[in-house]
Amino acid sequence: MTETRSKLICRSVWKLFGNGAEAFLRANPDAASAPTKIAEAGLIGAVRDVSLEVREGEIFVIMGLSGSGKSTLVRCMSRLIGPTAGEILFDGQDLLKASAKEMIEIRRHRMGMVFQHFALLPHLTVLGNVAFPLEVQGASRQDREARARDVIDLVGLGGREGYYPRELSGGQQQRVGIARSLAVEPELWFLDEPFSALDPLIRREMQDEFLRLQQMLKKTIVFITHDFDEAIRLADRIAIMKDGAVDQIGAPEDLVMRPATPYVAEFTRDVSRAKALSVGSIMRPLGNAGARGDYAGELTADQKIAQVAPLLRAAGQPFAVVNGTGEVIGELVRDDVVDILMDG
Amino acid sequence: MALVWVAALALAILLWAIGSDVAPWAMKYPRDLIIPLKFWISDLMAWLVEDATFGLFTFTELTRGISWLIERPYRLALGLLSHGLLRGQGSDAVQILPPLSWIAIVATVVALGRYTKDWALAALAGGCFLYLAIFGQWQSAMITLASILIAVPFGVAGGLFVGLAGYRWRTVERVIRPVLDLMQTVPVFAYLVPILFLFGFGPVSAIVATIIYAMPPMVRITILALRGVPDDTVDLGNMVGCSQRQMTWKVLVPTAMPGLMVGVNQVIMLSLNMVIIASMIGAGGLGFEVLASLRRLDIGAGIESGVAIVVLAIALDRLSQALANKIPPEHSEAEARRPLWRRYSYTSACLAIVMVTGLLGLFAGWVQSYPEAWAVTTGSVWENLVTWININFFDELEAVKTAILLNVLIPFKRFLLGLPWIAVVGLLAVAGWALGGWRLALLCAALSLFNVAVGLWAKSMITVYLCGISVIFACLIGIPIGIVAAERERLWSGVKVVIDTLQTLPSFVYLMPVVMLFRVGDFAAMIAVVAYALAPAIRYTAHGIRQVDPQLVEAGIVSGCTRIQILTKIKLKLALPEIMLGINQTIMLALSMLVITALVGTRDLGQEVYIALTKADTGRGITAGLSVAFIAIIADRLITAGAKRAKTRLGLE
Repeated sequence: MTETRSKLICRSVWKLFGNGAEAFLRANPDAASAPTKIAEAGLIGAVRDVSLEVREGEIFVIMGLSGSGKSTLVRCMSRLIGPTAGEILFDGQDLLKASAKEMIEIRRHRMGMVFQHFALLPHLTVLGNVAFPLEVQGASRQDREARARDVIDLVGLGGREGYYPRELSGGQQQRVGIARSLAVEPELWFLDEPFSALDPLIRREMQDEFLRLQQMLKKTIVFITHDFDEAIRLADRIAIMKDGAVDQIGAPEDLVMRPATPYVAEFTRDVSRAKALSVGSIMRPLGNAGARGDYAGELTADQKIAQVAPLLRAAGQPFAVVNGTGEVIGELVRDDVVDILMDG
Repeated sequence: MALVWVAALALAILLWAIGSDVAPWAMKYPRDLIIPLKFWISDLMAWLVEDATFGLFTFTELTRGISWLIERPYRLALGLLSHGLLRGQGSDAVQILPPLSWIAIVATVVALGRYTKDWALAALAGGCFLYLAIFGQWQSAMITLASILIAVPFGVAGGLFVGLAGYRWRTVERVIRPVLDLMQTVPVFAYLVPILFLFGFGPVSAIVATIIYAMPPMVRITILALRGVPDDTVDLGNMVGCSQRQMTWKVLVPTAMPGLMVGVNQVIMLSLNMVIIASMIGAGGLGFEVLASLRRLDIGAGIESGVAIVVLAIALDRLSQALANKIPPEHSEAEARRPLWRRYSYTSACLAIVMVTGLLGLFAGWVQSYPEAWAVTTGSVWENLVTWININFFDELEAVKTAILLNVLIPFKRFLLGLPWIAVVGLLAVAGWALGGWRLALLCAALSLFNVAVGLWAKSMITVYLCGISVIFACLIGIPIGIVAAERERLWSGVKVVIDTLQTLPSFVYLMPVVMLFRVGDFAAMIAVVAYALAPAIRYTAHGIRQVDPQLVEAGIVSGCTRIQILTKIKLKLALPEIMLGINQTIMLALSMLVITALVGTRDLGQEVYIALTKADTGRGITAGLSVAFIAIIADRLITAGAKRAKTRLGLE
């Protein structure tokens, strides 16, 4: 992976709920290693000493069960909730030091957010909802509606501009939510469990749609989910949270192959490895098969095993694995794939 | 816990038995220790009116400013609806524009009904207004309508702004919550007196009183509705970078609109409820007619005007409810391209009718105002009915009345009056402690001690006696009805219509038939209170039973319970917290009605307030009003705490 710069950096971010949280943290700099102390002080540690970096252009998934603090963390990142301590650097600017006015400007122009329960305004049409962020900025009706129509087309809701939210299905409503968050062309895009409230079939369709959009837009994304399958499907990197702290951060295959804690291992145990591992992660170095003509075909390194497995069933020879520029970097052998599939 | 109860009860009984010999001060509060609160309040009032100043302007100038603010739109509304736009003053006034014709007003109401819901509502609302015209109540009704039209927007806007402040700042909410509690429990009569002082006698004072009376629920509903806006939606507002103002007006208020409309409906209904009481300080119209006929015991005319208020109330209630529940239009792209008059077709149609009937009215009088010759009066019918009942059933009614008075009312009253005050205060404190901890105990003791200390103990006990006996009767009637109706769908929908209507009736209306049949006194008052307070007992019982988890009922059936067992062992047990809240509501309504029954000659705190009103004695009125409020607050807090405990015990929270 080529080195990219960090869009958003969290350094030792804390969010404790309860009275005297700040004083407690000042008095107990070692609180991170002593979680029982927090409870003894009558505080609730929603986010505990979280440090992470979100790189430009990646899909960074924060995954955890309910109550793990992932929603609080994402709200700290956008400063919807003020963290108790820590630093949040957005393009190098510490958001916690930004004034209310600066925060309004940053949110208006550089951040977008999609909500679990859509948060559509019931009294506005699809057009009105999507244009709402621009209306708040004071854009003229003509400008904002033109821009809104563009994004509505982008999410495939063209023709529904005049509908009210209650006339739309859940999936359509979330498309409106997505369109609205994209209307301001944000640099940083937060999605807070955007598909959790949808039926499984619609959820899958929306995930595909989301990947399609990201291919075009290349936003920097922080995506919250409690669904590990969703996480490995979408993520470039995943942070797993438990009780307010991050257990492990890594690419999907890292989590599956090298879980850092028993909790992560527990999580990844039932995951189908073929869906989590990419071709690149199990390819063998070049050599045995030698010349290019001996390969049954070419695969790219970032494809998941589950996607390519059917191709290997018929082929007797290994496949060549190529990187983004078409250079052959390794080979995929059928037996390795079979092993993974057998593991489940 | 049980030990404390036993000890407290034993002490109380001991005191009751031998107290008058050992400690007379415990039986009767010493006269020297009575706090002269009512004089302090009267002095404060005098100071406010005469000397108080805010630097730039005096308090009197402030009240004059408020009067001016209300008077202007009121004159306009009155002109439009009732006597036309006038130039000049008094008898020299010249009409420069006639009022809206009765046809135009009926047509507007019909259009409103169609716009907010359907033709059925249009017919109902139009029918109600036609009734007012046909039965000769038009002029009075329009005066009443004008004051409602002014009071409601003020009440709604005021409630909305206070509610918004309470939503945004916790401190504000903490301050207004007890104020709201007081405003909703202090009887209206009590604050009529200071309003009379500050604003004088006339429609403006009446509107001020109406606004004060109708605003508290709007404040509460606003706070509740804003709190009910989903967190996601609030986050959205912040994420798109809303300023405070944009957040309020573009996100919070529109999202909370359905809830807020419920508040508007409440304000309208409470304003109508005030119509008669407000006429005591100068509102004209239907309320004045009712009050005047009640005073000269002209039952027929009183009932006619009373029914007219009900009819007006039904029309306005249904219209505002329909507006609250109105489903916004479906999507339509073509809407914006239609010509203006077609986009607002209802407004256009109404304007056209106003113009046409206005012009026609210049030539044909019957178009302008409904001809008196066509009016029908039912006054004599009512009069005859009452006479007939009194002639034929006098003995039976009298016998029932005497029996209940002698066997129930009087003994109960004697018992309560004989209780040592210190024992009652103590027992209330123990109850508070047992149900809600020491805070509640302190509250109960302090509030009940207030009634003792201002020298209103005997009157408070009479209030408790009348209220208590009425609530018992209301529950004895209401809870069984609720139980029976809850199980039968068709019966329930019928009962619901009846109790909905009962709750639309202004409280004064209950007095009339009661006075006719039972004349004055405690018994008549009790009947009126029971009738007025019955609805919540029925409603909450039925609601509590209907919301019992059907799975639990099925579990009962599977275990082989009989119908009675299911009712007594499952449904009633689980509905208990809800029934308790119903009893609480019944008590609140009973207390508010009790004050009004002062007009039929009770001797309780209500009478004290009423006398203060007739003597314009601010201190006396407010002190007695606070006493009533404190009784209400004690009852409310104790029962709410009890219901909450029951709920927790049943695992319903």
